[in-house]
Amino acid sequence: MTTMQKLLQLPVNAVNIVKTVQSQVQGQEEDKSPVLTPDNAQQAWYSAVQPDELRHLRSGGSGGGGGGSGGGSEQEERGLQEEGGGGGGIFHTQPLRHDDLKEMLDSNKDALKLEAMKRIVAMIARGKNASDLFPAVVKNVACKNIEVKKLVYVYLVRYAEEQQDLALLSISTFQRGLKDPNQLIRASALRVLSSIRVTIIVPIMMLAIKEAASDMSPYVRKTAAHAIPKLYSLDPEQKDQLIEVIEKLLADKTTLVAGSVVMAFEEVCPERIDLIHKNYRKLCNLLIDVEEWGQVVIINMLTRYARTQFLNPNINESLLEEGGGGDKTFYCSDEDEDEDEEKEKQAEVSALAKRKPYVMDPDHRLLLRNTKPLLQSRNAAVVMAVAQLYFHLAPKAEVGVIAKALVRLLRSHSEVQFVVLQNVATMTIKRRGMFEPYLKSFYIRSTDPTQIKILKLEVLTNLANETNISTILREFQTYIKSMDKDFVAATIQAIGRCATNIGEVRDTCLNGLVQLLSNRDELVVAESVVVIKKLLQMQPEKHSDIIKHMAKLTDNIQVPMARASILWLIGEYCEHVPKIAPDVLRKMAKSFTNEEDIVKLQIINLAAKLYLTNSKQTKLLTQYVLNLAKYDQNYDIRDRARFIRQLIVPTEKSGALSKYAKKLFLALKPAPVLESPFKDRDHFQLGSLSHLLNAKAGGYQELPDWPESAPDPSVRNVEVPEWTKCSSREKRKEKKVEKPFYSDSEGESGPTESADSEPDTGSGSESVSVSVESGSPSDSEESEESSESDEDEEEEEKEKKKKKKEIKQMQASESEQSSEDDRKRDRKIKEQKSNSESESDEDSESESSQSESSDTESEVEVKKKKKVSEPKPPSKPLKKEKKEMSLLDLDDFEPTPSPQVTPVNTFLSNSLVTDLEGLSLSDSVLSPATIAPSSALKNYELLHRITGEGLSVEYCFSRQAFSPDANMVAVQMHFTNNATSDTKNLHIEDVKLQSGMRVKEFAEIELLPAGEATTAVMGVDFCDSTQAANFQLCTHTRKFFVSIQPPVGELMRPVFLTENEFKKEQSQLMGMNEISENLTLDAKCRNEHAIVQRVTTAANLSRVPCGSDKECRFAGKTVTSGSLVLATVATKDEGAAQLTVNCEKMVIGTMLVKDLLLALTQ
Amino acid sequence: MIHSLFLVNASGDIFLEKHWKSVVSRSVCDYFFEAQERATEPENVPPVISTPHHYLISVLRHRIYFVAVIQSEVPPLFVIEFLHRVVDTFQDYFGVCTEAAIKDNVVVVYELLEEMLDNGFPLATESNILKELIKPPTILRTMVNTITGSTNVGEQLPTGQLSVVPWRRTGVKYTNNEAYFDVVEEIDAIIDKSGSTITAEIQGVIDACVKLTGMPDLTLSFMNPRLLDDVSFHPCVRFKRWEAERILSFIPPDGNFRLLSYHVSSQNLVAIPVYVKHNITFREGSSQGRFDLTLGPKQTMGKAVEAVLVSSQLPRGVLNANLNPSQGTYTFDPVTKLLTWDVGKINPQKLPSLKGTMSLQAGASKPDENPTINIQLKIQQMAISGLKVNRLDMYGEKYKPFKGIKYMTKAGKFQVRT
Repeated sequence: MTTMQKLLQLPVNAVNIVKTVQSQVQGQEEDKSPVLTPDNAQQAWYSAVQPDELRHLRSGGSGGGGGGSGGGSEQEERGLQEEGGGGGGIFHTQPLRHDDLKEMLDSNKDALKLEAMKRIVAMIARGKNASDLFPAVVKNVACKNIEVKKLVYVYLVRYAEEQQDLALLSISTFQRGLKDPNQLIRASALRVLSSIRVTIIVPIMMLAIKEAASDMSPYVRKTAAHAIPKLYSLDPEQKDQLIEVIEKLLADKTTLVAGSVVMAFEEVCPERIDLIHKNYRKLCNLLIDVEEWGQVVIINMLTRYARTQFLNPNINESLLEEGGGGDKTFYCSDEDEDEDEEKEKQAEVSALAKRKPYVMDPDHRLLLRNTKPLLQSRNAAVVMAVAQLYFHLAPKAEVGVIAKALVRLLRSHSEVQFVVLQNVATMTIKRRGMFEPYLKSFYIRSTDPTQIKILKLEVLTNLANETNISTILREFQTYIKSMDKDFVAATIQAIGRCATNIGEVRDTCLNGLVQLLSNRDELVVAESVVVIKKLLQMQPEKHSDIIKHMAKLTDNIQVPMARASILWLIGEYCEHVPKIAPDVLRKMAKSFTNEEDIVKLQIINLAAKLYLTNSKQTKLLTQYVLNLAKYDQNYDIRDRARFIRQLIVPTEKSGALSKYAKKLFLALKPAPVLESPFKDRDHFQLGSLSHLLNAKAGGYQELPDWPESAPDPSVRNVEVPEWTKCSSREKRKEKKVEKPFYSDSEGESGPTESADSEPDTGSGSESVSVSVESGSPSDSEESEESSESDEDEEEEEKEKKKKKKEIKQMQASESEQSSEDDRKRDRKIKEQKSNSESESDEDSESESSQSESSDTESEVEVKKKKKVSEPKPPSKPLKKEKKEMSLLDLDDFEPTPSPQVTPVNTFLSNSLVTDLEGLSLSDSVLSPATIAPSSALKNYELLHRITGEGLSVEYCFSRQAFSPDANMVAVQMHFTNNATSDTKNLHIEDVKLQSGMRVKEFAEIELLPAGEATTAVMGVDFCDSTQAANFQLCTHTRKFFVSIQPPVGELMRPVFLTENEFKKEQSQLMGMNEISENLTLDAKCRNEHAIVQRVTTAANLSRVPCGSDKECRFAGKTVTSGSLVLATVATKDEGAAQLTVNCEKMVIGTMLVKDLLLALTQ
Repeated sequence: MIHSLFLVNASGDIFLEKHWKSVVSRSVCDYFFEAQERATEPENVPPVISTPHHYLISVLRHRIYFVAVIQSEVPPLFVIEFLHRVVDTFQDYFGVCTEAAIKDNVVVVYELLEEMLDNGFPLATESNILKELIKPPTILRTMVNTITGSTNVGEQLPTGQLSVVPWRRTGVKYTNNEAYFDVVEEIDAIIDKSGSTITAEIQGVIDACVKLTGMPDLTLSFMNPRLLDDVSFHPCVRFKRWEAERILSFIPPDGNFRLLSYHVSSQNLVAIPVYVKHNITFREGSSQGRFDLTLGPKQTMGKAVEAVLVSSQLPRGVLNANLNPSQGTYTFDPVTKLLTWDVGKINPQKLPSLKGTMSLQAGASKPDENPTINIQLKIQQMAISGLKVNRLDMYGEKYKPFKGIKYMTKAGKFQVRT
């Protein structure tokens, strides 16, 4: 019924007859076309709308190309309407009003309202002005019908700005919508509310956004993020408040919000890079699940972020290129910020620095790793975003991965190709090798649009080198025959560029171009002449015949640029063609008046040059030409003639300059450099609009240069940076909650918690504090022994259990930790350090032990030696030891070993573990680090007190994983200043290493006061050899040559194997890889425990559980190459035993056997 | 980001405009028209035009320019990709994306644009979600709409945007559960004068039409996944699984979608299905030219080469062509100088040929350019790279779906230089 009604009612004006006819015609067309088979009914609707719509179409549409539509008043519209052709005449008397529409909107039937709204929207779509309907429309904003509502929203958003007062009528509806229980309604209300650009409602919007930002529904939060830039553009004053909201939303964990909020961030406060720190890792990890548009925005933002936060991964190369500026930057290892800061100061140690490997920040790596899969996205913008990220951030060796993906985009729409090729062209200049394998993908097809062809040509030219130039030139030959003349001209220029860049083909190219001179197409010839001119300029002597050939061409070539080029060439090299040049001038003089200006200028130049070199023949000609030029219409030419006459023709008055005329004209001109227009375009962020236009677009954020030194990487840690200062439990708890979210592995919160709870207990974490304070392993052992003495036997069993739990937890945390980035660990340690430091003040015991140790250093040493020689106490005392330890720091158990922490506690824990192995041969995977049964650690002397002039240095192999580089052996150094004066600036210099070996030196120790001691940890990669690392230990006054030679047992790290694994591995390392030796065990070492103790002391191996008590098995891996090292001690009667070592590296194996023999028999 | 959108037809009329932020006068398009005039061919209009206050980024699809107005820095590909997505959506909704179709459905178009962008930033671009928000016009629905006066706006608010699987709507129900996969490969090649291959590569896609009830989880495995050199996926594909096992595992969107596109580049793998013998010569001084073209099957693995269409842009000097095809029909457009020859199926016993003369402009010199020959063809039931789907499994739902796989090879940009 409605249709009927409409059909009867709506065609109010006379046009409708015409219209129906038209619509019928249209209908027929539609029936024929496969377009919209369904649309019979739609049509009916269409015809109903048409009268009105068409009227508008007429009025504006025909005047289309012209200007104003938006603010068009009725007056204007009528004017346009009059211009409009077609049936326009009918409208002349009809004023443009929308009475019928208003009527429909006022009716109480939804159908009518909807119909009216549809027509209004259609008017808006065509750019017609429907603003006079505002009051009628805005009334319907509260309409129950969802469809009407939607269309009203469309209208509102379009016209609210023009009718601000009336628009306010609608606000309350939205405010109600914001409270709706349905999240979608809330979102849509916020969306429209924020889209209405009415300044008065800014506070309302602000409030709404703030509320929505903490909405339960992520969809609403997303909408809030979208609303932020809207409000910002409406009222920039709100920036500060908006940033708060952004900060809040950035912390959001849902993928839905991430893209939108980063977008808002980019529009409102792109300079507030500090807001990103805490969310960096989260964004990286979420990235793959964010919707594609959000991915683009996030990746672009992270590119900028990374440029400010990380170091240039190509720094070594760029340094070589630049010839060694900025040594400083080398020092930044990103790993421990303390080290960095100190290192920056020792810029003078450049020799060392150069050998120092750049270590990529794990966060930098995280970004690269997480964006890489997105190269497979179907969305070209995402692929491009990742490509630019890799181009700007990745180490050179890794950038190559993007080439394939970019080449894939070349299959896409031509607009995509256009943008991608522009970027590829820029990339090929910097990194040619990357695209070389894909050379053929840039071959040009005749069906490509010209702009694509020219870009491909650019890429091909950039890719040309000695090896592929022949193929490329062959391709170019085909292109020259193309029908597309612009393209041919570009090809000729490309040939010219190839010729200048690649010396070997210069002659070939030149010959090819000369052949083109006989081409029938003048454009081709002209272009060739111009290019030849440039090429000849590089080596004119060789090519006088080409110049002659070109001289002949002046008769035929008409293109002014080409003629001018030939004339210039002849003038420039007139010595090479002394006979022809005057003749050319003669011809030119003849046709002078008919030439183009640019040619005339060159004729004058030619004349001048010839006059100077060959005045006898050309004097008259020159004067003739100059006379002609004197009366030329162009002032430029007249000026030139006047100037030249004064300069070359000697007169009485002629000034000093004429003497130098020859020098002026025949000066050696530098050869032109043919450069790609894409050179240096990479200072714009690739993929950006600015890059494409090669001009800064509005709102472009400069891609910052790499920082000289890495900013503090810990800012990205999720914990609040001032962790150590904060003592309140609540605060820490907050952080705790956040933490597991960022980690790669799930369920790590347990260990984290244990780590967190640690500082809280505050009961003296004795061993830790001691070790940190005193640092020397011997000292710590000492203190330990003393503590051992007051052990409490009663609690033994209970404690043991507890301990076991503790250890498991610790192991879990460690395995998780080691897989995690090292930095977190470092952090924690530092925190602990400071904690324990503060604690130590209260803890008199540790203090006293410390003072004692520093005072009586020599004594300690003696004791230590004694201890080493002593057999290890059997298992029972060990258990006690462990118990003792747990007694003191049940909660403070150090879960994260690190180089900074002295081996004391590991010693304990490790022996514990060895012990526990007997108790629980469970399948639980124990982390290798914890299992390492590093017993008493031997100290070696690096620098004696006397040679060191008071400074004595000892070192030991702490058997800890060296966190900055897993392939390094951690060497712990203990410095003691026995002198009376302070020692300053302790650092390492001039490292002399065997090839392949690397050293990561400790942070410079700025001050070592007299009588004090300190420790430091350095890492050495010995490359699995026992070669010594030689270096100089420098103080502010002296340098000492020292060397560290590792015993073979320190070149490995323990691995945990089960019995079966061990057997399996052993069976694979037979024959040459197996070394066996019979021995008689030392009398003191005939029990199992002693054997274990001795072996693990001699070598950094871990015990492998074993069913038989006759055999002890140990396993480890070499530090650098990771080759397995297996050792077996099979005991027989009477102290006889067989030692078997299986190792892929026979040298290591042999040496290890020797060392173990020594250890077991002594 | 995207400020406004103008739709311009081939004759340079703006027939639709949509603004997301404040209104930009349509006079901004004058810069675009200027560039359009300068460009000789429609596709040579630069996609990015800089004007004093705005930047215009445009795409050309179906002879309609979609001109987006940008005010500040934004990755151009972002806009271009979005505009193409808009066109794809229109096509999805209306079957075609022509001026007429857009004008007929202007309200739907407007509603779509409104949903797709918020403040110039893409909001919902997945067709599954959009279809929940705005129902596509169908015969029945338009009929009902006219009678009841309702629109295509979804009655219920969509849930898709909030679901765990953003590309699939919830509560899908079919009586016949079917999943079809088309493996379509296109050969891109340039063959030089002597018949040797200069460059050849295969671009393949797997298009799917999945109509399955509920939330099915599919895995698709190949017999020879190593063939695939470079792949890009629909967001539904689990990338990690592919990396690890070379298996496509995904929860499919509802309806039609492109599962993946891939690339096979190693040249020796690319079989060239047809060869062309050509002899196109122009004699100096004469106003005649000879044209002789023969097609034959080369490596087709026993399958018939069908729907062969040869086209060539002859030199400008050619006035007319008087040719004689052994099969099929040919046309020559004297204005555009485009020669097309609809060959049909190639019969290996009787090779199709096209012979005859071309008449040249009298007195004009011999054209020195040689036309290139573009070939289109189709080979059914074969993927030229040899890619084979091993199996398709469904998890997560109980019923047994009907599964179908179709292979097809086409010529992509297949060009023979003469």
